[in-house]
Amino acid sequence: MPATIVATNQTPFRQVPIDPVTLDIIENALRNARIEMDATLVRTAMSPGIREQGDAFPLIADHTGKMIVGQFGSFIGGFLASYDGTLEDGDMIFLSDPYSCEGAISHSNDWLVLLPVFKDGRLLAYTAMFGHQSDIGGKVVGSMPIKAHSIFEEGVRVPPVKIWKKGEFNAELMKLVLHQTRKPDWCQADFNALVASCRVAARRVIEMAERFGDDIYVSATQELLARNHRAMQALIGMAVAEEPVSFEDYICDDGMGYGPYRMRCTMWREGEKVVLDFAGTDPQSAASINFYLNENMFKMFFGIYMIMVFDPQILFNDGFYDLIEVRIPEGSLLKPKFPAALSGRTHALGRIFDILGGLLGQKTPEFLNAAGFSSSPHLFYSGNDHRPGKGGEWFQLFQIGFGGIPGRPLGDGPDGHSLWPGFTNVPNEFLERYFPMRIERYETEPDSGGAGLHRGGNGIHMTYRFLASGTISIHDDRWFVPPWGVNGGEPGQRARKVLERADGTTEIVGNKVEDVAVAEGDQLHFITWGGGGWGDPLARDPALVGLEITQGLVTPAGARAYGVVADAAGAIDAAATEALRTELRAARGDLPLFSFGPSIEQLRAACAAETGLPAPIQPQWAMAEAAE
Amino acid sequence: MGYRLGVDVGGTFTDLLLFDTQTGAFWRHKTPSTPHDSSEGILNGVQAICAAAGIGPSSIDYFLHGTTVATNAVLEGKGARVGLVTTEGYRHIMQIARSFVPGGLAAWIIWPKPTPLARLEDTVTVKGRMDAAGQEVRPLDEGDIRHQLGLLKAKGVEAVTVSLINAYANGAHEARIGELAREILPGIPVSLSHQVLPEMQEYERTLTTVANAAVRPVVSNYVSNLRRRLADTGMAGKLSLLRSDGGLMSAEKAEEHPVNILMSGPAGGVTGALWVAKNAGLKNILTLDVGGTSTDVALIENLEPRRQRETEVGHLKVRASALDVKTVGAGGGSIAYVPELTRALRVGPQSAGAVPGPVAYGKGGELPTVTDANVVLGYLPENLLGGSFQLDREGAKRAVQTIADALGIDLMAAARGIIDIVNENMFGALRMISVQQGYDPRHFALMGFGGAGPLHVNAVARLMGSWPAVSPVSPGVLCALGDATTRMRTETARSFSKLASATEAAELIAVLDEMAAQTRTELLADGVPADEISCAFEIDVRYAGQAFEVPLTITPEALKAEGVAAILHRFDEEHHRLFTFNMDTPHEIVNLRAVALGRALDLPAAELPKGDGNPAAARMRDHTLWMDGREQAAVIYDRAKLRQGDVIPGPAIVVEMDSTTLIESGCVATVDRVGNILINLA
Repeated sequence: MPATIVATNQTPFRQVPIDPVTLDIIENALRNARIEMDATLVRTAMSPGIREQGDAFPLIADHTGKMIVGQFGSFIGGFLASYDGTLEDGDMIFLSDPYSCEGAISHSNDWLVLLPVFKDGRLLAYTAMFGHQSDIGGKVVGSMPIKAHSIFEEGVRVPPVKIWKKGEFNAELMKLVLHQTRKPDWCQADFNALVASCRVAARRVIEMAERFGDDIYVSATQELLARNHRAMQALIGMAVAEEPVSFEDYICDDGMGYGPYRMRCTMWREGEKVVLDFAGTDPQSAASINFYLNENMFKMFFGIYMIMVFDPQILFNDGFYDLIEVRIPEGSLLKPKFPAALSGRTHALGRIFDILGGLLGQKTPEFLNAAGFSSSPHLFYSGNDHRPGKGGEWFQLFQIGFGGIPGRPLGDGPDGHSLWPGFTNVPNEFLERYFPMRIERYETEPDSGGAGLHRGGNGIHMTYRFLASGTISIHDDRWFVPPWGVNGGEPGQRARKVLERADGTTEIVGNKVEDVAVAEGDQLHFITWGGGGWGDPLARDPALVGLEITQGLVTPAGARAYGVVADAAGAIDAAATEALRTELRAARGDLPLFSFGPSIEQLRAACAAETGLPAPIQPQWAMAEAAE
Repeated sequence: MGYRLGVDVGGTFTDLLLFDTQTGAFWRHKTPSTPHDSSEGILNGVQAICAAAGIGPSSIDYFLHGTTVATNAVLEGKGARVGLVTTEGYRHIMQIARSFVPGGLAAWIIWPKPTPLARLEDTVTVKGRMDAAGQEVRPLDEGDIRHQLGLLKAKGVEAVTVSLINAYANGAHEARIGELAREILPGIPVSLSHQVLPEMQEYERTLTTVANAAVRPVVSNYVSNLRRRLADTGMAGKLSLLRSDGGLMSAEKAEEHPVNILMSGPAGGVTGALWVAKNAGLKNILTLDVGGTSTDVALIENLEPRRQRETEVGHLKVRASALDVKTVGAGGGSIAYVPELTRALRVGPQSAGAVPGPVAYGKGGELPTVTDANVVLGYLPENLLGGSFQLDREGAKRAVQTIADALGIDLMAAARGIIDIVNENMFGALRMISVQQGYDPRHFALMGFGGAGPLHVNAVARLMGSWPAVSPVSPGVLCALGDATTRMRTETARSFSKLASATEAAELIAVLDEMAAQTRTELLADGVPADEISCAFEIDVRYAGQAFEVPLTITPEALKAEGVAAILHRFDEEHHRLFTFNMDTPHEIVNLRAVALGRALDLPAAELPKGDGNPAAARMRDHTLWMDGREQAAVIYDRAKLRQGDVIPGPAIVVEMDSTTLIESGCVATVDRVGNILINLA
């Protein structure tokens, strides 16, 4: 049963003509309101994940629930269709169960609040925001168990409930939820921050309606939706062919020894409509790497990737949704059946963007970027701090790492930067002050960025020295299947994790491990992936390669991938370079559009030797075949 | 006391304002800037303005100067070649920065990769380590240091900075490396991060130290050249520069700590606005400084401008106090266009700049700009005062017509659309510093200055509900006025990072006293007499775990009397005002700051002759302009002939040498005692 909207004023909004200038002014004001949401959140949140790293996403929707500003698309339509309660002035919805909102949030760590905005008795808009909670209870610290088989193991699940009901706060409910987490103080603060952001945006929307008039405001939102529709229609006609193109990439493993998992998408145009079909994607995993992909969210990603190179100033909204059809097979990795575990969805979420890039760029190689999304590599470290003066107090750290930005048409990929918008690293002095650890190394990993005319960004080599015994967990990917290069560029290097014990022995640890015991003095080398390269590496200026040797970004051995012969001081041997380049040119054929590196079979065969880890085992499913 | 000369060097013009401190009389002058050597333009200006005032340069006691020389050195990468010494394992600290890519999803595709301010090939690392408590974990290895410094020497670096991990907690390692650097690289300036910025966060501290070192030689050359040339004219007055935070510092100190003058330019306008506000009897002001390519906005509450702990220059955020000035890419030269894909009207951030400039200027510009829209609408009359500058209205019309055609509307609607959009962009920036910080703009007046501020101030005030809209005296040279009228200032900050519950008032007072002594000493060294120095303190408080601190002013006396609890109570109130909620979480005292100030000058403003309310004497001619969707009759007035008490009904235009004030229909302006034009709704 769909939600019942209780409006005391039944007068419908009148669609009125809008002059283009007013429209642009309202668009601008909405953009500012969204910036204000972000600012409010970051200032009042408390968990490092949100306050230092910015892991949260805002949205403002029209009165029907279509997103007018935001970046993850609107889930509100789907939510309203399945919420069997009322929505009225003074209500605020709180939820964290991905299965209750068609995957608008994709794991239970993301808490979402939704505020219907009423003005003079009429529903005028919605504002919403979700943010990643550092801990929501469950079987492991940080609440993202790798070895989970169902969502019940992943901490507290909140179905859509009214945390405010007609203006009254349900404190008992909040108490119940917070009681489930290991960090109630962080969750409380972050929750307050989400609410404050939504309320700020609601105030702005009401002010806009007061300034321009309700009918003009609502009509403007409709016109903004229509404007996106028209723009996307033109773009689709230009850039998407009727002939299908496909692209596939992989999640390396599921943390239980199986992998890789294939994700495949095929795109074609039918008239003015684009179809994006994930047929050929592997079935859902028995572990927690499933990613419940909301169709609308994927439409939004698609739209943003399409338009970024054409008109970056546009304010994205849902207006173009009916031009795109997304088909995701039921029971697949991207649409798992309840109660599949979801907490490790970050890897597939990241990979979606590499797939989009590969799909959209095939027809327009000049706009094609190399691969770079690993995921968001996570480190968890927790325990009791028994150092003098610390009284054995509990600590838990959740940190998001970064790798290399891919080589791009624009130029080299930045080293050790974030592909996610708004994310920043945590200052190491902050970590050392508040956690029992010392960061012994924080540099980029030389040669990890794929060679190319435009080099892929290097990954980061971060060395944690633990000063208190405790346990760590690691979530990362791109350790088995490399990030591919394009237009002749080489793949980037894969991620690695090495534990160096206090006694000097070292061991390779997996990239999805949990509850690994560490002792005081142990060091973890957390090395992330590099971005793929763009364009012919043999066309890169040898002097630039030499310079990057002196900068510690490339090694003399790594320089050979560019056909450059240089010494440790970066001095180029011009003759040897010319000879090497000639030799390499002769040995290779035409430059491929995509360089994926070795085949899966070859990767498997060489896995133990190259990575120090056993090769993942090909997953088997009862149905024997990939979901169709 | 005699004369104070304020000098503001902008991209196009150098503005001067000479102030007679006894009578309040002032003279202003505008002369073209000379980018190859700014002192040339300054000298021209000094000669001209002294001649106008009938004095010799030797009569100038204080030469007070706002300059963008440091800003430009950073933006254009023309600073010194800086060698960076950092901790082993951190060589790429400047390359990785904060891993932040600006913009939304997929913005990484179009974000240019930045080059660090200290080149990576000039960055070396040394062994040795402090922990977060300031305890030594591993000692320095002098042989290693000598070797690394030798490498920097061989590279030919022009400055050395040392920034080690946790140096904010213990600077001993940095100090030793500094000694060795001075020995191995004699004559090369050395800066140490724990001295430049003794605060946590390695990237920000390093960047700030590097930025300081990079601009030091540039500023130093600039100052010594200027000092020499001024001395040649016989000027023997004291040379001071305007800090980003709106205070003055001696030129000598600016040479040492140029990171404090990175936003010297925009700060001048705010301090000028402050002086105007005092004379106009206004306490709460929003400033709107509209230039050719951008607009700066700031907030003044109770005659105190808001400050922030960071100075933003280009994509770099340096940790140095600055006035909280937000900049948007919206100015007179902003170009209007209609993207084919979306058919939206966009204005800026691309700008026609000074060259080719707006079409109406006839210097080769072909794209429609905000100035062109103002000309088409009749807001900028074709014959500016003196007639030396003829505007090409027909050209402007042709350019704006292209926008009208693309949007399918008529010429005047398109022109007004361009103005509305650019006003809206300014409005957005003003909201960020007011509403978003919890201030109600209806409690503020809006002051428009810079070349185009008075043209837009009325319309933007209407959007904000901020009345009166103020067109200050000499809006075109308000920055120079600010330079001339502000006072000496210095400050210092300390990381404290302790829970309030574990903090005794006495402990805080001890630190405050120590900081007060330090800042007093600095001002004394700058020649400020001891009895003129006053100190003020701020304390940053947050809920433990938050990233955002609320700065609160405190005094040691109040702290002694009321204890720490009173501060926490004020914090809770402020937090509630900003974010609408409080928490049970413990409070953390994050930073302490001390500010030492020189004497506030009581500089009078010259009064205008009293009028009878009728501005007829200043009437130049009748005019027509386009407003509220129709052509309207208006009057043009000469600002120089207005008297106090004159009342001007809108629509009207008031012109002067370097600026034009637009009074909209439905509004009425009055001229105050000292010549400010205050516009209110009729």
